[in-house]
Amino acid sequence: MTDKKAKTLDSLQFGIDTFGDLPVDSNGKLMTHAAAIRQVVDEAVLADKLGIDIIGVGEHHRPEYSISSPETVLAGIATATKRIKLASGVTVLSSDDPVRVFERFATVDALSNGRAQVILGRGSFTESFPLFGYDLQNYNVLFEEKVDLFSQLLKEKPVTWSGTTRAALEDADVYPKTESGHLETLIGVGGSPESVIRAARYGFPMVLAIIGGSPDRFVPYVDLYRQATKELGTPTHPVGVHSPGFIADTDEEAIKQAFPLFKEQMDRIGKDRGWKPMRHDHFLNEVKHGSMYIGSPETVAKKIARTIKTLDVNRFDIVYGFGPMPASARLHMIELYGKKVIPMVRKLLAEDSQEI
Amino acid sequence: MNVKSIGILGAGKVGVVLAQLALKAGYAVSIAGSGDPSKIALTIKVLTPGAIADIAVNVARNSDVVILALPLSKYRSIPKTELEGKLVIDAMNYWWEVDGIHDDLIEPDSSSSETVQAFLPNSRIVKAFSHMGYHDLYDEAKPLDELGRKAIAVAGDDTADVAVVSEIVNNLGFDPVVIGDLAAGVHLEPGGRVFGASVNSSELKELVESD
Repeated sequence: MTDKKAKTLDSLQFGIDTFGDLPVDSNGKLMTHAAAIRQVVDEAVLADKLGIDIIGVGEHHRPEYSISSPETVLAGIATATKRIKLASGVTVLSSDDPVRVFERFATVDALSNGRAQVILGRGSFTESFPLFGYDLQNYNVLFEEKVDLFSQLLKEKPVTWSGTTRAALEDADVYPKTESGHLETLIGVGGSPESVIRAARYGFPMVLAIIGGSPDRFVPYVDLYRQATKELGTPTHPVGVHSPGFIADTDEEAIKQAFPLFKEQMDRIGKDRGWKPMRHDHFLNEVKHGSMYIGSPETVAKKIARTIKTLDVNRFDIVYGFGPMPASARLHMIELYGKKVIPMVRKLLAEDSQEI
Repeated sequence: MNVKSIGILGAGKVGVVLAQLALKAGYAVSIAGSGDPSKIALTIKVLTPGAIADIAVNVARNSDVVILALPLSKYRSIPKTELEGKLVIDAMNYWWEVDGIHDDLIEPDSSSSETVQAFLPNSRIVKAFSHMGYHDLYDEAKPLDELGRKAIAVAGDDTADVAVVSEIVNNLGFDPVVIGDLAAGVHLEPGGRVFGASVNSSELKELVESD
Protein backbone atom coordinates (compact mmCIF):
# COMPACT_ATOMS: atom_id res chain seq x y z
CA MET A 1 0.00 0.00 0.00
CA THR A 2 1.36 3.41 -0.87
CA ASP A 3 1.61 6.09 1.81
CA LYS A 4 -0.92 8.21 0.04
CA LYS A 5 -3.46 5.40 -0.05
CA ALA A 6 -2.84 4.53 3.60
CA LYS A 7 -3.37 8.13 4.53
CA THR A 8 -6.62 8.28 2.56
CA LEU A 9 -7.89 5.17 4.34
CA ASP A 10 -7.02 6.69 7.72
CA SER A 11 -8.89 9.85 6.92
CA LEU A 12 -12.12 8.04 5.96
CA GLN A 13 -15.06 9.28 7.98
CA PHE A 14 -18.42 7.67 8.58
CA GLY A 15 -21.52 9.45 9.73
CA ILE A 16 -25.17 8.91 10.51
CA ASP A 17 -27.70 11.55 9.54
CA THR A 18 -31.32 12.01 10.50
CA PHE A 19 -34.16 14.47 10.15
CA GLY A 20 -35.65 13.29 13.43
CA ASP A 21 -38.50 11.31 11.87
CA LEU A 22 -41.08 10.25 14.45
CA PRO A 23 -40.35 6.63 15.40
CA VAL A 24 -42.82 4.20 16.93
CA ASP A 25 -42.26 2.92 20.48
CA SER A 26 -42.28 -0.68 21.70
CA ASN A 27 -46.10 -0.62 21.79
CA GLY A 28 -46.27 0.44 18.14
CA LYS A 29 -47.34 3.93 19.12
CA LEU A 30 -46.01 6.95 17.21
CA MET A 31 -43.71 8.99 19.43
CA THR A 32 -44.26 12.67 20.12
CA HIS A 33 -41.93 15.25 18.60
CA ALA A 34 -40.33 15.72 22.02
CA ALA A 35 -39.72 11.98 22.49
CA ALA A 36 -38.36 11.74 18.95
CA ILE A 37 -35.80 14.45 19.73
CA ARG A 38 -34.70 12.61 22.88
CA GLN A 39 -34.45 9.45 20.79
CA VAL A 40 -31.97 11.20 18.47
CA VAL A 41 -29.87 12.23 21.49
CA ASP A 42 -29.84 8.58 22.67
CA GLU A 43 -28.82 7.47 19.19
CA ALA A 44 -26.01 10.02 19.11
CA VAL A 45 -24.75 8.79 22.48
CA LEU A 46 -24.73 5.22 21.14
CA ALA A 47 -22.98 6.32 17.94
CA ASP A 48 -20.36 8.13 20.01
CA LYS A 49 -19.70 5.00 22.06
CA LEU A 50 -19.37 2.95 18.89
CA GLY A 51 -16.79 5.35 17.46
CA ILE A 52 -18.95 6.61 14.59
CA ASP A 53 -17.32 9.84 13.41
CA ILE A 54 -20.25 12.18 12.76
CA ILE A 55 -23.92 12.66 13.51
CA GLY A 56 -25.77 15.05 11.22
CA VAL A 57 -29.24 16.40 11.96
CA GLY A 58 -31.25 18.11 9.27
CA GLU A 59 -33.58 21.09 9.46
CA HIS A 60 -37.20 20.58 8.42
CA HIS A 61 -40.43 22.28 9.23
CA ARG A 62 -42.88 19.47 8.58
CA PRO A 63 -45.11 17.41 10.86
CA GLU A 64 -43.33 14.10 10.28
CA TYR A 65 -39.91 15.39 11.32
CA SER A 66 -39.08 16.52 14.84
CA ILE A 67 -35.96 18.57 14.13
CA SER A 68 -36.50 22.16 13.04
CA SER A 69 -33.65 23.56 15.11
CA PRO A 70 -30.61 21.34 14.51
CA GLU A 71 -28.13 23.23 16.63
CA THR A 72 -30.35 23.04 19.71
CA VAL A 73 -30.43 19.25 19.33
CA LEU A 74 -26.66 19.28 18.72
CA ALA A 75 -26.16 21.29 21.91
CA GLY A 76 -28.00 18.55 23.80
CA ILE A 77 -25.85 15.91 22.17
CA ALA A 78 -22.69 17.94 22.79
CA THR A 79 -22.73 17.60 26.54
CA ALA A 80 -23.62 13.89 26.47
CA THR A 81 -20.89 12.78 24.05
CA LYS A 82 -17.10 12.84 23.81
CA ARG A 83 -15.76 12.38 20.30
CA ILE A 84 -18.48 12.42 17.69
CA LYS A 85 -18.68 15.44 15.36
CA LEU A 86 -21.91 17.38 15.50
CA ALA A 87 -23.17 18.39 12.09
CA SER A 88 -26.26 19.94 10.64
CA GLY A 89 -27.51 18.30 7.49
CA VAL A 90 -28.40 20.81 6.22
CA THR A 91 -28.79 24.26 7.71
CA VAL A 92 -31.16 26.03 5.33
CA LEU A 93 -29.11 29.21 5.18
CA SER A 94 -31.37 30.93 2.64
CA SER A 95 -34.12 31.35 5.20
CA ASP A 96 -31.86 31.96 8.19
CA ASP A 97 -29.61 34.76 9.33
CA PRO A 98 -25.91 34.03 8.78
CA VAL A 99 -24.92 35.96 11.91
CA ARG A 100 -27.29 33.93 14.06
CA VAL A 101 -26.19 30.69 12.39
CA PHE A 102 -22.58 31.51 13.20
CA GLU A 103 -23.42 32.41 16.80
CA ARG A 104 -25.42 29.25 17.40
CA PHE A 105 -22.84 26.92 15.90
CA ALA A 106 -19.96 28.67 17.62
CA THR A 107 -21.91 28.01 20.84
CA VAL A 108 -22.27 24.31 19.97
CA ASP A 109 -18.56 24.31 19.17
CA ALA A 110 -17.86 25.66 22.66
CA LEU A 111 -20.13 23.12 24.37
CA SER A 112 -18.55 20.25 22.43
CA ASN A 113 -14.90 21.29 22.65
CA GLY A 114 -14.64 22.01 18.96
CA ARG A 115 -16.83 19.32 17.44
CA ALA A 116 -19.40 21.48 15.64
CA GLN A 117 -19.73 21.24 11.90
CA VAL A 118 -22.03 23.46 9.84
CA ILE A 119 -23.33 22.02 6.59
CA LEU A 120 -24.96 24.77 4.62
CA GLY A 121 -27.46 24.01 1.92
CA ARG A 122 -30.45 25.19 0.05
CA GLY A 123 -32.51 22.27 1.34
CA SER A 124 -34.81 20.03 -0.63
CA PHE A 125 -37.97 21.35 0.98
CA THR A 126 -39.24 24.88 0.88
CA GLU A 127 -41.44 25.19 3.98
CA SER A 128 -38.95 27.46 5.72
CA PHE A 129 -39.43 30.24 3.18
CA PRO A 130 -43.01 31.30 3.96
CA LEU A 131 -42.45 30.41 7.62
CA PHE A 132 -39.68 32.97 8.03
CA GLY A 133 -41.04 35.49 5.56
CA TYR A 134 -38.81 34.84 2.57
CA ASP A 135 -39.92 34.69 -1.04
CA LEU A 136 -39.09 31.47 -2.85
CA GLN A 137 -38.59 33.54 -5.98
CA ASN A 138 -35.39 34.89 -4.40
CA TYR A 139 -34.07 31.37 -3.74
CA ASN A 140 -30.78 31.91 -5.54
CA VAL A 141 -29.89 35.40 -4.40
CA LEU A 142 -30.76 34.54 -0.79
CA PHE A 143 -28.36 31.61 -0.76
CA GLU A 144 -25.62 33.35 -2.69
CA GLU A 145 -25.57 36.47 -0.51
CA LYS A 146 -25.84 34.57 2.74
CA VAL A 147 -23.06 32.14 1.85
CA ASP A 148 -20.94 35.14 1.02
CA LEU A 149 -21.64 36.77 4.40
CA PHE A 150 -21.18 33.49 6.26
CA SER A 151 -17.81 32.89 4.65
CA GLN A 152 -16.70 36.31 5.89
CA LEU A 153 -17.98 35.66 9.40
CA LEU A 154 -15.91 32.48 9.50
CA LYS A 155 -12.74 34.58 9.57
CA GLU A 156 -13.87 35.60 13.08
CA LYS A 157 -12.80 39.21 12.51
CA PRO A 158 -15.02 42.31 12.29
CA VAL A 159 -17.13 42.18 9.13
CA THR A 160 -18.29 44.93 6.84
CA TRP A 161 -20.90 43.66 4.42
CA SER A 162 -23.88 44.86 2.46
CA GLY A 163 -26.43 43.11 0.31
CA THR A 164 -30.11 42.99 -0.54
CA THR A 165 -31.27 40.19 1.78
CA ARG A 166 -30.42 41.50 5.24
CA ALA A 167 -29.27 44.65 7.00
CA ALA A 168 -25.74 45.80 6.19
CA LEU A 169 -22.95 45.26 8.70
CA GLU A 170 -20.25 47.74 9.46
CA ASP A 171 -17.22 46.52 11.30
CA ALA A 172 -19.47 44.13 13.19
CA ASP A 173 -17.81 41.61 15.44
CA VAL A 174 -19.66 38.43 16.26
CA TYR A 175 -19.37 36.20 19.35
CA PRO A 176 -18.56 33.71 20.75
CA LYS A 177 -15.22 33.20 19.04
CA THR A 178 -14.25 29.57 18.59
CA GLU A 179 -11.16 28.23 20.33
CA SER A 180 -9.72 26.88 17.10
CA GLY A 181 -10.50 30.08 15.21
CA HIS A 182 -12.16 27.90 12.61
CA LEU A 183 -15.75 26.77 12.64
CA GLU A 184 -15.79 23.76 10.36
CA THR A 185 -18.17 24.49 7.47
CA LEU A 186 -19.19 22.49 4.42
CA ILE A 187 -21.75 22.87 1.66
CA GLY A 188 -24.35 20.22 0.92
CA VAL A 189 -25.02 19.87 -2.80
CA GLY A 190 -27.93 18.04 -4.38
CA GLY A 191 -26.68 17.79 -7.93
CA SER A 192 -26.99 21.23 -9.41
CA PRO A 193 -23.72 22.06 -11.18
CA GLU A 194 -24.08 25.65 -10.06
CA SER A 195 -23.98 24.57 -6.42
CA VAL A 196 -20.82 22.52 -7.04
CA ILE A 197 -19.08 25.56 -8.49
CA ARG A 198 -20.30 27.69 -5.59
CA ALA A 199 -18.77 25.30 -3.02
CA ALA A 200 -15.49 25.51 -4.94
CA ARG A 201 -15.64 29.28 -5.24
CA TYR A 202 -15.97 29.78 -1.47
CA GLY A 203 -13.39 27.12 -0.71
CA PHE A 204 -15.83 24.91 1.23
CA PRO A 205 -15.67 21.13 1.22
CA MET A 206 -18.66 19.58 -0.51
CA VAL A 207 -21.03 16.84 0.63
CA LEU A 208 -23.11 15.34 -2.17
CA ALA A 209 -26.65 14.37 -1.22
CA ILE A 210 -27.27 11.39 -3.47
CA ILE A 211 -30.81 10.33 -2.74
CA GLY A 212 -31.73 8.45 -5.89
CA GLY A 213 -30.25 6.80 -8.94
CA SER A 214 -26.80 5.41 -9.54
CA PRO A 215 -24.01 7.05 -7.51
CA ASP A 216 -21.76 6.71 -10.59
CA ARG A 217 -23.67 9.59 -12.14
CA PHE A 218 -21.84 11.88 -9.68
CA VAL A 219 -18.30 11.00 -10.80
CA PRO A 220 -18.20 14.01 -13.15
CA TYR A 221 -19.54 16.23 -10.35
CA VAL A 222 -16.57 15.32 -8.17
CA ASP A 223 -14.33 16.11 -11.15
CA LEU A 224 -16.13 19.38 -11.62
CA TYR A 225 -15.53 20.32 -7.98
CA ARG A 226 -11.83 19.48 -8.20
CA GLN A 227 -11.29 21.24 -11.51
CA ALA A 228 -13.21 24.28 -10.32
CA THR A 229 -11.09 24.61 -7.16
CA LYS A 230 -7.96 24.40 -9.32
CA GLU A 231 -9.15 27.06 -11.74
CA LEU A 232 -10.36 29.31 -8.94
CA GLY A 233 -7.26 28.78 -6.82
CA THR A 234 -9.25 27.59 -3.79
CA PRO A 235 -8.35 24.56 -1.65
CA THR A 236 -9.38 21.16 -3.03
CA HIS A 237 -11.00 19.45 -0.05
CA PRO A 238 -12.04 15.81 0.17
CA VAL A 239 -15.65 15.18 -0.87
CA GLY A 240 -18.39 13.46 1.13
CA VAL A 241 -21.55 11.56 0.25
CA HIS A 242 -24.88 11.42 2.09
CA SER A 243 -27.37 8.69 1.09
CA PRO A 244 -30.32 6.93 2.68
CA GLY A 245 -30.16 3.42 4.10
CA PHE A 246 -31.37 0.78 6.48
CA ILE A 247 -29.41 -2.10 7.97
CA ALA A 248 -30.84 -5.25 9.59
CA ASP A 249 -29.37 -8.68 10.30
CA THR A 250 -30.26 -10.09 6.88
CA ASP A 251 -31.00 -8.66 3.44
CA GLU A 252 -34.46 -10.15 3.49
CA GLU A 253 -35.36 -8.64 6.81
CA ALA A 254 -33.95 -5.24 5.90
CA ILE A 255 -35.92 -5.08 2.67
CA LYS A 256 -39.11 -6.32 4.28
CA GLN A 257 -38.92 -3.74 7.05
CA ALA A 258 -37.70 -0.85 4.93
CA PHE A 259 -40.02 -1.01 1.92
CA PRO A 260 -43.28 0.10 3.59
CA LEU A 261 -41.44 2.86 5.48
CA PHE A 262 -39.61 4.24 2.45
CA LYS A 263 -42.76 3.92 0.36
CA GLU A 264 -44.84 5.76 2.93
CA GLN A 265 -42.33 8.59 2.96
CA MET A 266 -41.78 8.78 -0.81
CA ASP A 267 -45.51 8.66 -1.51
CA ARG A 268 -46.26 11.36 1.01
CA ILE A 269 -43.65 13.69 -0.48
CA GLY A 270 -44.72 12.62 -3.97
CA LYS A 271 -48.25 13.74 -3.25
CA ASP A 272 -47.00 17.31 -2.77
CA ARG A 273 -44.78 17.14 -5.80
CA GLY A 274 -47.07 15.23 -8.13
CA TRP A 275 -45.24 11.95 -8.67
CA LYS A 276 -46.64 8.44 -8.62
CA PRO A 277 -46.58 6.04 -5.67
CA MET A 278 -43.37 4.02 -5.34
CA ARG A 279 -43.52 0.52 -6.75
CA HIS A 280 -41.85 -2.49 -5.19
CA ASP A 281 -39.80 -3.23 -8.34
CA HIS A 282 -38.51 0.34 -8.41
CA PHE A 283 -37.61 0.11 -4.76
CA LEU A 284 -35.67 -3.12 -5.33
CA ASN A 285 -33.95 -1.58 -8.33
CA GLU A 286 -32.90 1.39 -6.22
CA VAL A 287 -31.58 -0.97 -3.52
CA LYS A 288 -29.64 -2.97 -6.08
CA HIS A 289 -28.31 -0.30 -8.44
CA GLY A 290 -29.27 3.03 -6.96
CA SER A 291 -28.63 5.00 -3.82
CA MET A 292 -30.49 3.16 -1.10
CA TYR A 293 -28.03 1.33 1.17
CA ILE A 294 -30.41 -1.32 2.43
CA GLY A 295 -29.57 -4.85 3.53
CA SER A 296 -27.39 -6.90 5.83
CA PRO A 297 -24.14 -5.39 7.14
CA GLU A 298 -22.21 -7.25 4.39
CA THR A 299 -24.44 -5.97 1.59
CA VAL A 300 -24.41 -2.39 2.83
CA ALA A 301 -20.65 -2.43 3.48
CA LYS A 302 -19.94 -3.62 -0.07
CA LYS A 303 -22.18 -0.96 -1.51
CA ILE A 304 -20.62 1.81 0.59
CA ALA A 305 -17.08 0.66 -0.27
CA ARG A 306 -17.98 0.68 -3.94
CA THR A 307 -19.34 4.22 -3.73
CA ILE A 308 -16.33 5.52 -1.79
CA LYS A 309 -14.02 3.99 -4.37
CA THR A 310 -15.99 4.97 -7.47
CA LEU A 311 -16.52 8.55 -6.42
CA ASP A 312 -13.15 8.85 -4.67
CA VAL A 313 -14.66 10.41 -1.56
CA ASN A 314 -13.49 10.28 2.05
CA ARG A 315 -16.76 10.54 3.92
CA PHE A 316 -19.96 8.55 3.86
CA ASP A 317 -23.04 9.51 5.86
CA ILE A 318 -25.98 7.11 5.95
CA VAL A 319 -29.37 8.72 6.45
CA TYR A 320 -31.32 6.61 8.94
CA GLY A 321 -34.71 6.39 10.56
CA PHE A 322 -37.15 6.79 7.72
CA GLY A 323 -40.80 7.14 8.59
CA PRO A 324 -42.50 5.49 11.55
CA MET A 325 -39.74 2.98 12.21
CA PRO A 326 -39.56 1.17 15.56
CA ALA A 327 -37.06 2.98 17.78
CA SER A 328 -35.43 -0.38 18.54
CA ALA A 329 -34.80 -0.99 14.81
CA ARG A 330 -33.07 2.40 14.54
CA LEU A 331 -30.79 1.64 17.47
CA HIS A 332 -30.05 -1.81 16.08
CA MET A 333 -29.18 -0.31 12.71
CA ILE A 334 -26.74 2.14 14.31
CA GLU A 335 -25.17 -0.69 16.25
CA LEU A 336 -24.72 -2.78 13.09
CA TYR A 337 -23.31 0.22 11.25
CA GLY A 338 -20.77 1.02 13.96
CA LYS A 339 -19.78 -2.52 14.89
CA LYS A 340 -19.91 -4.28 11.53
CA VAL A 341 -20.41 -2.07 8.50
CA ILE A 342 -17.72 0.53 9.13
CA PRO A 343 -14.94 -2.00 9.94
CA MET A 344 -15.98 -4.03 6.88
CA VAL A 345 -15.84 -1.00 4.59
CA ARG A 346 -12.39 -0.13 5.90
CA LYS A 347 -11.26 -3.70 5.37
CA LEU A 348 -12.67 -3.90 1.85
CA LEU A 349 -10.98 -0.66 0.85
CA ALA A 350 -7.67 -1.66 2.47
CA GLU A 351 -7.69 -5.00 0.61
CA ASP A 352 -8.57 -3.21 -2.54
CA SER A 353 -5.71 -0.73 -2.29
CA GLN A 354 -3.25 -3.54 -1.52
CA GLU A 355 -4.17 -5.24 -4.75
CA ILE A 356 -3.14 -2.22 -6.78
CA MET B 1 -35.96 16.39 -41.44
CA ASN B 2 -32.39 15.42 -40.76
CA VAL B 3 -31.46 16.56 -37.27
CA LYS B 4 -27.73 17.07 -36.77
CA SER B 5 -27.60 19.62 -34.02
CA ILE B 6 -29.52 19.94 -30.78
CA GLY B 7 -29.57 23.12 -28.73
CA ILE B 8 -30.49 23.06 -25.06
CA LEU B 9 -31.79 26.04 -23.17
CA GLY B 10 -31.12 25.47 -19.49
CA ALA B 11 -27.89 24.16 -17.95
CA GLY B 12 -29.33 22.73 -14.73
CA LYS B 13 -29.84 19.09 -13.83
CA VAL B 14 -32.16 18.20 -16.70
CA GLY B 15 -30.35 20.25 -19.34
CA VAL B 16 -27.01 18.67 -18.44
CA VAL B 17 -28.35 15.10 -18.58
CA LEU B 18 -30.07 15.69 -21.94
CA ALA B 19 -26.84 17.21 -23.27
CA GLN B 20 -24.91 14.13 -22.12
CA LEU B 21 -27.37 11.79 -23.84
CA ALA B 22 -27.47 13.87 -27.04
CA LEU B 23 -23.67 13.92 -27.25
CA LYS B 24 -23.55 10.17 -26.79
CA ALA B 25 -26.09 9.81 -29.60
CA GLY B 26 -23.74 11.75 -31.89
CA TYR B 27 -25.54 15.08 -32.13
CA ALA B 28 -23.71 18.39 -32.14
CA VAL B 29 -24.82 19.98 -28.87
CA SER B 30 -24.84 23.57 -27.72
CA ILE B 31 -26.22 24.69 -24.38
CA ALA B 32 -27.14 27.96 -22.74
CA GLY B 33 -27.65 28.80 -19.07
CA SER B 34 -29.08 32.08 -17.92
CA GLY B 35 -26.83 34.88 -19.10
CA ASP B 36 -23.12 34.80 -19.83
CA PRO B 37 -21.82 31.45 -21.15
CA SER B 38 -18.61 31.90 -19.15
CA LYS B 39 -20.71 31.15 -16.06
CA ILE B 40 -21.34 27.60 -17.27
CA ALA B 41 -18.15 27.07 -19.28
CA LEU B 42 -16.42 24.86 -16.73
CA THR B 43 -19.58 22.90 -15.97
CA ILE B 44 -20.06 22.15 -19.65
CA LYS B 45 -16.40 21.31 -20.18
CA VAL B 46 -16.37 18.77 -17.35
CA LEU B 47 -19.90 17.38 -17.33
CA THR B 48 -20.66 17.42 -21.04
CA PRO B 49 -17.33 17.40 -22.87
CA GLY B 50 -17.88 18.19 -26.54
CA ALA B 51 -20.86 20.48 -26.01
CA ILE B 52 -20.55 24.19 -26.70
CA ALA B 53 -21.63 26.73 -24.09
CA ASP B 54 -23.18 29.75 -25.78
CA ILE B 55 -25.72 32.51 -25.26
CA ALA B 56 -29.36 31.50 -25.61
CA VAL B 57 -30.00 33.39 -28.88
CA ASN B 58 -27.08 31.63 -30.58
CA VAL B 59 -28.09 28.24 -29.28
CA ALA B 60 -31.62 28.85 -30.56
CA ARG B 61 -30.47 30.20 -33.92
CA ASN B 62 -27.78 27.62 -34.69
CA SER B 63 -29.54 24.38 -33.75
CA ASP B 64 -31.81 22.19 -35.88
CA VAL B 65 -33.92 21.32 -32.85
CA VAL B 66 -34.04 23.12 -29.51
CA ILE B 67 -34.90 21.54 -26.15
CA LEU B 68 -36.37 23.73 -23.42
CA ALA B 69 -34.94 22.62 -20.06
CA LEU B 70 -35.23 25.75 -17.98
CA PRO B 71 -37.61 26.44 -15.08
CA LEU B 72 -41.08 26.85 -16.60
CA SER B 73 -41.55 30.20 -14.87
CA LYS B 74 -38.70 31.57 -17.04
CA TYR B 75 -40.43 30.73 -20.32
CA ARG B 76 -40.85 34.37 -21.28
CA SER B 77 -37.05 34.68 -21.45
CA ILE B 78 -36.87 32.13 -24.28
CA PRO B 79 -35.53 33.78 -27.47
CA LYS B 80 -38.74 33.92 -29.43
CA THR B 81 -37.48 35.38 -32.72
CA GLU B 82 -34.59 32.95 -33.08
CA LEU B 83 -36.95 30.02 -32.57
CA GLU B 84 -39.37 31.05 -35.31
CA GLY B 85 -40.07 28.19 -37.68
CA LYS B 86 -38.15 25.73 -35.47
CA LEU B 87 -39.05 22.45 -33.92
CA VAL B 88 -38.86 22.93 -30.15
CA ILE B 89 -39.03 20.14 -27.55
CA ASP B 90 -40.60 21.20 -24.28
CA ALA B 91 -39.06 19.23 -21.39
CA MET B 92 -40.33 21.65 -18.74
CA ASN B 93 -42.77 21.13 -15.89
CA TYR B 94 -44.50 23.42 -13.52
CA TRP B 95 -42.55 22.77 -10.33
CA TRP B 96 -43.90 25.09 -7.69
CA GLU B 97 -40.91 24.77 -5.41
CA VAL B 98 -38.65 26.18 -8.10
CA ASP B 99 -41.10 28.30 -10.02
CA GLY B 100 -43.00 29.75 -7.09
CA ILE B 101 -46.78 29.88 -7.12
CA HIS B 102 -47.93 30.89 -10.59
CA ASP B 103 -51.63 30.49 -11.17
CA ASP B 104 -51.08 31.36 -14.82
CA LEU B 105 -49.00 28.21 -15.31
CA ILE B 106 -51.47 25.76 -13.87
CA GLU B 107 -54.67 25.89 -15.82
CA PRO B 108 -56.37 22.69 -14.75
CA ASP B 109 -57.36 21.25 -18.11
CA SER B 110 -54.60 22.45 -20.36
CA SER B 111 -50.99 21.43 -20.69
CA SER B 112 -48.25 23.89 -19.77
CA SER B 113 -46.83 23.14 -23.22
CA GLU B 114 -49.87 24.88 -24.69
CA THR B 115 -48.91 28.00 -22.73
CA VAL B 116 -45.41 27.70 -24.18
CA GLN B 117 -46.83 27.17 -27.69
CA ALA B 118 -48.96 30.32 -27.28
CA PHE B 119 -45.82 32.25 -26.33
CA LEU B 120 -43.95 30.86 -29.36
CA PRO B 121 -46.74 30.93 -32.00
CA ASN B 122 -44.31 30.53 -34.89
CA SER B 123 -42.44 27.56 -33.45
CA ARG B 124 -43.59 23.94 -33.46
CA ILE B 125 -43.75 22.62 -29.90
CA VAL B 126 -43.58 18.92 -29.02
CA LYS B 127 -43.60 17.79 -25.38
CA ALA B 128 -41.10 15.08 -24.40
CA PHE B 129 -38.55 14.11 -21.71
CA SER B 130 -40.62 15.92 -19.08
CA HIS B 131 -42.15 13.03 -17.14
CA MET B 132 -39.01 11.12 -16.20
CA GLY B 133 -36.77 12.23 -13.33
CA TYR B 134 -33.34 13.42 -14.44
CA HIS B 135 -31.48 10.63 -12.69
CA ASP B 136 -33.67 8.02 -14.36
CA LEU B 137 -33.00 9.75 -17.70
CA TYR B 138 -29.30 9.29 -17.06
CA ASP B 139 -29.42 5.77 -15.60
CA GLU B 140 -32.02 4.24 -17.90
CA ALA B 141 -30.91 5.40 -21.35
CA LYS B 142 -30.09 2.27 -23.37
CA PRO B 143 -29.04 1.61 -26.95
CA LEU B 144 -31.69 0.42 -29.40
CA ASP B 145 -30.66 -3.22 -29.31
CA GLU B 146 -30.60 -3.52 -25.54
CA LEU B 147 -33.36 -5.28 -23.63
CA GLY B 148 -35.41 -3.55 -20.95
CA ARG B 149 -35.60 -0.13 -22.53
CA LYS B 150 -37.74 2.47 -20.80
CA ALA B 151 -40.23 4.70 -22.59
CA ILE B 152 -40.58 8.44 -23.06
CA ALA B 153 -43.97 9.88 -23.95
CA VAL B 154 -44.21 12.30 -26.88
CA ALA B 155 -47.11 14.73 -27.37
CA GLY B 156 -47.49 17.14 -30.28
CA ASP B 157 -49.91 18.50 -32.85
CA ASP B 158 -48.02 17.79 -36.06
CA THR B 159 -47.43 14.17 -37.08
CA ALA B 160 -44.18 14.89 -38.90
CA ASP B 161 -42.76 16.82 -35.93
CA VAL B 162 -43.81 14.09 -33.54
CA ALA B 163 -41.99 11.58 -35.77
CA VAL B 164 -38.80 13.66 -35.69
CA VAL B 165 -38.93 13.96 -31.90
CA SER B 166 -39.68 10.23 -31.59
CA GLU B 167 -36.50 9.53 -33.49
CA ILE B 168 -34.52 11.80 -31.19
CA VAL B 169 -36.05 10.02 -28.17
CA ASN B 170 -35.02 6.74 -29.72
CA ASN B 171 -31.48 7.93 -30.41
CA LEU B 172 -31.11 9.27 -26.88
CA GLY B 173 -31.91 5.83 -25.47
CA PHE B 174 -35.65 5.41 -24.98
CA ASP B 175 -38.67 3.90 -26.71
CA PRO B 176 -40.92 6.75 -27.86
CA VAL B 177 -44.64 6.43 -27.09
CA VAL B 178 -46.84 8.92 -28.94
CA ILE B 179 -49.72 9.84 -26.65
CA GLY B 180 -51.58 12.43 -28.72
CA ASP B 181 -51.64 16.16 -29.37
CA LEU B 182 -50.02 18.87 -27.27
CA ALA B 183 -53.13 19.14 -25.07
CA ALA B 184 -52.69 15.45 -24.18
CA GLY B 185 -49.37 16.48 -22.63
CA VAL B 186 -51.34 17.26 -19.47
CA HIS B 187 -51.13 13.53 -18.62
CA LEU B 188 -47.35 13.89 -18.30
CA GLU B 189 -47.39 16.73 -15.81
CA PRO B 190 -47.03 16.73 -12.01
CA GLY B 191 -50.19 15.18 -10.58
CA GLY B 192 -50.82 13.11 -13.75
CA ARG B 193 -50.47 9.34 -13.70
CA VAL B 194 -47.43 9.39 -15.99
CA PHE B 195 -45.43 11.96 -14.04
CA GLY B 196 -42.30 10.40 -12.61
CA ALA B 197 -42.85 7.23 -14.64
CA SER B 198 -39.75 5.27 -15.51
CA VAL B 199 -41.43 2.29 -17.17
CA ASN B 200 -41.43 0.38 -20.45
CA SER B 201 -43.62 1.32 -23.40
CA SER B 202 -46.53 -1.01 -22.70
CA GLU B 203 -46.71 0.12 -19.07
CA LEU B 204 -46.53 3.73 -20.19
CA LYS B 205 -49.43 3.24 -22.62
CA GLU B 206 -51.49 1.69 -19.83
CA LEU B 207 -50.75 4.63 -17.54
CA VAL B 208 -51.84 7.14 -20.18
CA GLU B 209 -55.06 5.24 -20.87
CA SER B 210 -55.92 4.96 -17.18
CA ASP B 211 -55.33 8.67 -16.49
